[in-house]
Amino acid sequence: MPEMEYLIRFSQSHETFRLPEIEALAVIEGIDLKVISYSLESPFCIVSLPSPSAAQRLISRSILVISIHELWGHGSTLPEVHASVRSRTSDLWSQYLECSFKFTIDSYQGSRTNDSKLSIINSFSYLGFAGPIKMKNPDQEFILFEDWIFNSTPSAFPIPSITTLRRYISTTSMDAELALVTANIALAGPGKLIYDPFVGTGSFPIACAQFGALTFGSDIDGRSIRGDEKKRTLRGNFEQYGLTDCLGGMFTADLTNTPIRKSVLTTEKNDGKTGRIFDAVVCDPPYGVREGLKVLGVKDPEKCPWVIPKGMEMYKDPDFIPPRKPLSFWMPTANDQDQEIPVPQHPYMEVVAVCVQDFNKWSRRLITYRRVPDAEVEPAAIKSYEQTKAERAVEEGKTADDLNPFRNAYFKGFKN
Amino acid sequence: MKVMTLNFLTCAVKNCKSSNDSFPLHPKEAELAKDDIEINPQLLINVLPRIDWAALRTTSTELGFPTLPEQPPSPEDLQNDEALLKELHELLMETQMMEGKLVCGHCGHEYAVKNGVANFLLPSHLV
Repeated sequence: MPEMEYLIRFSQSHETFRLPEIEALAVIEGIDLKVISYSLESPFCIVSLPSPSAAQRLISRSILVISIHELWGHGSTLPEVHASVRSRTSDLWSQYLECSFKFTIDSYQGSRTNDSKLSIINSFSYLGFAGPIKMKNPDQEFILFEDWIFNSTPSAFPIPSITTLRRYISTTSMDAELALVTANIALAGPGKLIYDPFVGTGSFPIACAQFGALTFGSDIDGRSIRGDEKKRTLRGNFEQYGLTDCLGGMFTADLTNTPIRKSVLTTEKNDGKTGRIFDAVVCDPPYGVREGLKVLGVKDPEKCPWVIPKGMEMYKDPDFIPPRKPLSFWMPTANDQDQEIPVPQHPYMEVVAVCVQDFNKWSRRLITYRRVPDAEVEPAAIKSYEQTKAERAVEEGKTADDLNPFRNAYFKGFKN
Repeated sequence: MKVMTLNFLTCAVKNCKSSNDSFPLHPKEAELAKDDIEINPQLLINVLPRIDWAALRTTSTELGFPTLPEQPPSPEDLQNDEALLKELHELLMETQMMEGKLVCGHCGHEYAVKNGVANFLLPSHLV
């Protein structure tokens, strides 16, 4: 058969990030991925892929996939599974007659006694495997995954957190797992140039460098980059992970007066690169709560808009982000429906993925956009966007705090 | 800060952006450091189209590196030109500006570089 189905075993955490991550990896690896079935409630996802090697490549740098398996059959009862295995794979059995093998049962949200496991395993005897059973390093492993309805024994997966191992972090450093997922979704890879305008102690550049990208960053507060000017510095973090080759340049700058040069766009070569500097912009801008608002040198609040919209306007500048290249950033929102902050929209930006990390009364979203090429943007859409923007400025006030609904809700305890 | 970064940075003063003199910034009293990095031709070929070649020539000369060819190489030429690959690798990837100043050729403002980190924050009269 040309295409085979595979079962992806996800970690049951950061559920909304899982599919965007795997879809981004398919883009990076140039793999034709079709999702056959997926649910946020289940760690199991069925996909169709062109080859076993594609399956291996797909998950090789994934953070949220635990494993991937050739799918022999599935069903809601054991007899259904047997029927499915017989109809799908009977022509494959002969390949496995002599090799050593073992059977394993992986029960999600459930458990079984050893006797019950054994009897299930023995029910597969019709496969006719005659090779030796080896519990250690068998040639082939067959796993029966069970997806139980949530009841009493939720299985906890240890979430690795290498942020805490990092020598130098600050109050708002992104946890390592999510920084790596963000890097994946932003299509970080060797030879790519990635910029973080809110770099802090470098969580995102380090994650992107881990995948081989050359990284650049800036922060309005140069102290976070310089650290103690000895070991605990942003560069020190790159040294700790052996990634200094991928440290392009860090500088202190205010995004509202950015020193990044505007590049002249040339479409003649149409290679998506000429005239563009960065392949992706990845950042976690300040939410206006712990870090406060910082725009330097402007005393008049009317001239001093909320830092996040201001920053985003620059990215949305028609010549800032290369067409079809990603912009990923984090943005907080209240969880209460009435206070939820909508995902920012712009005619030049197409939303690729919105992933959510929940913190009780508030949550933050990783929002990823793709720059729409100029020629594909409707002039009418730009006009209506400009109009809405002007109306909003009248309705919602002008000071930085007025314009930060998240900050307002946060300090009212998310009560109406 | 790798020398490559200098090719992406201009004066932060808004009025300078339209002037050709504000880019590239001119290194002054620059102290350089060199990292030992394995050469990665694919990376250089990827980076080439994003480089403003004329500006890179200026920077290269000002930092005391050999003069680069007048025209940028095509990706194919660069692939086959080992000497140029090595030269660009050394300049863009291995050389770091650690201390000194970056000066705007239009307004004359000097941006300090300390510990490899340039500071582009503007004094209030320039914002």
